[in-house]
Amino acid sequence: MSTETGNRPETAEIPKAVSGPSSYLDERIGAGNFIRRNMRKVFPDHWSFLLGEIALYSFIILLLTGTFLTLWFKPSMGHVIYDGPYAPLRGVMMSEAYASSLHISFEVRGGLLIRQIHHWAALLFVAGMMAHMLRVFFTGAYRKPRELNWIIGVLLLTLALAEGLTGYSLPDDLLSGAGLRITQGVAISLPLVGTYVSFFLFGGEYPGEDVISRFYTLHVLLIPGILVALVTAHMVLMWVQKHSQQPGKGRTNMNVVGGPFFPSFALKAGSYFLFTFAILAGLGTFAQINPIWLFGPYTPADISAGSQPDFYMGFLEGSLRIMPAWEINVLGYTLPMSVIIPALLPLGLVMTGLALYPFIEQWVTGDRSEHHVVDRPRNNPHRTSIGMSAITFYGLLWLLGANDELAANFHISLFAITRFGQIAIIVGPILAYIITYRMCLGLQRKDAEVIGHGVESGVIKRLPHGEFIEVHVPPAEDIEAHMRGKTPIPALPDGSDEKGIPPKGMRGPLGRLRGRMSRTYGGEKIPMDQPHGDDHGAHEEIGEHEEHAAVGATGEGRSLDR
Amino acid sequence: MTDHNPEIERPEERVPKRVIGTPPAATERAVLGEDKPAAPAVVAGVKPQDPRTVRKGERLAALCFTITFLAGIGFIASYVIFQVGDLDGTAASNLALGGTLTLALLGLALGMVVWARMVLPKYSVVQERHVMASDREVRSDVAEKFAQGVEESGFVKRKLLRRTLLAAVAPLGLAPVVLLRDLGPLPETKLRHTVWGEKTKDGKPLRLVVEGTGQPIRAADFNTPGGLLSVVPEGYEHDLTVLAKATVILVNLRPEEIKSGTNKNWTYNGIVAYSKICTHVGCPAALYEQNTHNILCPCHQSTFDATDGAKVIFGPAARPLPQLPIDVDAEGYLIATGDFPVPVGPSFWERGDAEAEYRQKGGQV
Ligand code: FES
Repeated sequence: MSTETGNRPETAEIPKAVSGPSSYLDERIGAGNFIRRNMRKVFPDHWSFLLGEIALYSFIILLLTGTFLTLWFKPSMGHVIYDGPYAPLRGVMMSEAYASSLHISFEVRGGLLIRQIHHWAALLFVAGMMAHMLRVFFTGAYRKPRELNWIIGVLLLTLALAEGLTGYSLPDDLLSGAGLRITQGVAISLPLVGTYVSFFLFGGEYPGEDVISRFYTLHVLLIPGILVALVTAHMVLMWVQKHSQQPGKGRTNMNVVGGPFFPSFALKAGSYFLFTFAILAGLGTFAQINPIWLFGPYTPADISAGSQPDFYMGFLEGSLRIMPAWEINVLGYTLPMSVIIPALLPLGLVMTGLALYPFIEQWVTGDRSEHHVVDRPRNNPHRTSIGMSAITFYGLLWLLGANDELAANFHISLFAITRFGQIAIIVGPILAYIITYRMCLGLQRKDAEVIGHGVESGVIKRLPHGEFIEVHVPPAEDIEAHMRGKTPIPALPDGSDEKGIPPKGMRGPLGRLRGRMSRTYGGEKIPMDQPHGDDHGAHEEIGEHEEHAAVGATGEGRSLDR
Repeated sequence: MTDHNPEIERPEERVPKRVIGTPPAATERAVLGEDKPAAPAVVAGVKPQDPRTVRKGERLAALCFTITFLAGIGFIASYVIFQVGDLDGTAASNLALGGTLTLALLGLALGMVVWARMVLPKYSVVQERHVMASDREVRSDVAEKFAQGVEESGFVKRKLLRRTLLAAVAPLGLAPVVLLRDLGPLPETKLRHTVWGEKTKDGKPLRLVVEGTGQPIRAADFNTPGGLLSVVPEGYEHDLTVLAKATVILVNLRPEEIKSGTNKNWTYNGIVAYSKICTHVGCPAALYEQNTHNILCPCHQSTFDATDGAKVIFGPAARPLPQLPIDVDAEGYLIATGDFPVPVGPSFWERGDAEAEYRQKGGQV
């Protein structure tokens, strides 16, 4: 776009249809400067960067399909007698919300399709966010300067759960009512304010006549409004800070390597949006989801067995299920611990942990520098282990949310599964931590070996004295560059003076703890460049016993090795 | 925005060869350069594709776009052709609309990917980053201007102004919260009662009627041991708010099976009534195992022993299902002789140990 001088066409190649309007705009809002700076903005390429895009595009699709659904949906709990085309429910008394959901499904052309796409998109939205968040976590992409964007991300995830919960309740079928009932049972169990929260939310006793219309406002206006604002902020920050990149050839903390926004990234992003949409449309066509007509209208007196929430709520279901019965009564007041703990603890733990992690890590490592090249997960073993144990915790709860299905399908007693769950939820994350930690170190060792000794070439060579060895060749340049992106994890300087007295801030118990954590968390566990060749001792130290002969044979190394 | 360099392609030689953190060796670059001279085309960071690939890409993309064009027409045609209204019609319409939409989107997406991968050049463009923070000069300038503004506004110096302003907004800030008060009535003692304690218009106790059909239940007809019924109060069959507390599960046990946990005075001929609302978080405890007499809640599998006052034998529920006192009226229909002795459903802060209180008053729960 030639917007620099506006009133006369400067470049012959720009067609009038483009240059005309752009000049018009530039003369009024001066967009030229912005566009000049940004049109060729560089976006790095890596498959893992697409995860967040899945969430973004699902969100757009949710907005589009959701708007379509509002054109027919009636958020009312008023009673009607159904007389639509679905015969099994004809003559049944139901809420207008449910009746209009049936209407959308059976009497609006494309209504069922859009409803199913909407539901699938909601699942993909949350799943995409989770996958994206894991990518950001495990690669340390949340580090300075991206902590704020990380916090926005945590908020987005929390709001997405709320958005899912409110949306799930709207059709007012028997299944969605079960979810609502559990929500209310949890709300009312809160100490001190529980009954008030419940009465104010439901306009009186459960279920009342208000909750659907209130949830509707939350679901189509308030929460999406905040989501749109936060998503925008998320994008703007990403744009301003430029995307982080994987370590690799020519990539440093001071640059970004990739393709330009226009045309490369824009084209790819556009096609990616369409792929997401196509997959969701395919799911909406071929994979039935939430067939509300089968469940019947909601009544608090009934429930369908084996009812399951959407996947993102499964972990709460699981934690409610494995919690042993426990209720405290003191001075005439009641603390239903078997509800409060499972409903608040895992969610609180995961969300608070996520939100605080960048700051805790900064506190432990004392690292205040900017990071734009992300870590490979193996290169920060403690972080990766913490992440894996959190995944184990979440995953176990999620699995146990289906303990009845597990029991039925695998013919195990429900009691045994629940007991197993109660133990596994404590032991599992610890095991995951230990295993992951070992794996990270093992992978680091392998990298160091590849850098130090090269990779097996498949060529067997016979030495003059008769020994056979496999010739090692240096790794491919891009692989090596990727590996060499590793930087030692910062740690607090020891800072003790000659007498071993630590600096001022590190003397108290908290300071000492911080120092100890920093030493454990930070530093270089498996250095990449081991002096090699004749110095066998160093190799023994890092546990490499194999292939020393090969080192001797191909010890010419590469110029990159010091 | 911190990008100062709009045209970002730069010669490969200027790209640092090592990632930050590995020692910057002055000779390294030269050595590397000799070792592997960069391919000439990569230099600008934009490497055009082989013309044959480009031509192939164009044709492929065009094919994809044509598919999208046809599928789009198919979508509109399906909308007109397939009518909805019955199950089969809806299914066919869904398949036709969804199938064509999927195909159209897929074609477009694929075409664009082919375009990006085969027609567009290969990029490895390097753009510089700059520290996020603004220069010290800018910062001090901002600080100065801010201080000047504060000074001019008088916010710090004029105490009266500042304090009255803060005082002024405090109640106004509370206004929205106050406005929300009418979201609902206060809980008071509403959670402690159900309609079972009430009487009909002509002063008779409420009959138990079958959920769904509304039929009153003659005790003599509900006589198979092991039987189970879901029961609601007469006259409230469609009041969901009433049902959320007052729904009852009726089980028929052999009188000798009934253990001490159950209040026998509140049973009739082995028929026992318990609240159906789970004491965990309120799902209907709708499942019943005939041979073990276990009432099971499908939500989190709390299991209650129907023969023994519905005490919890498994799961997260902490309290038994409250028992409803029942009897028969003159015509032999089951009636409730009073309300549940304790609040039903999930526990809440103000509930307290209602069972203990009731026992203190001499009742059995
Ligand atoms: S609601 Fe019955 S077990 Fe949770």
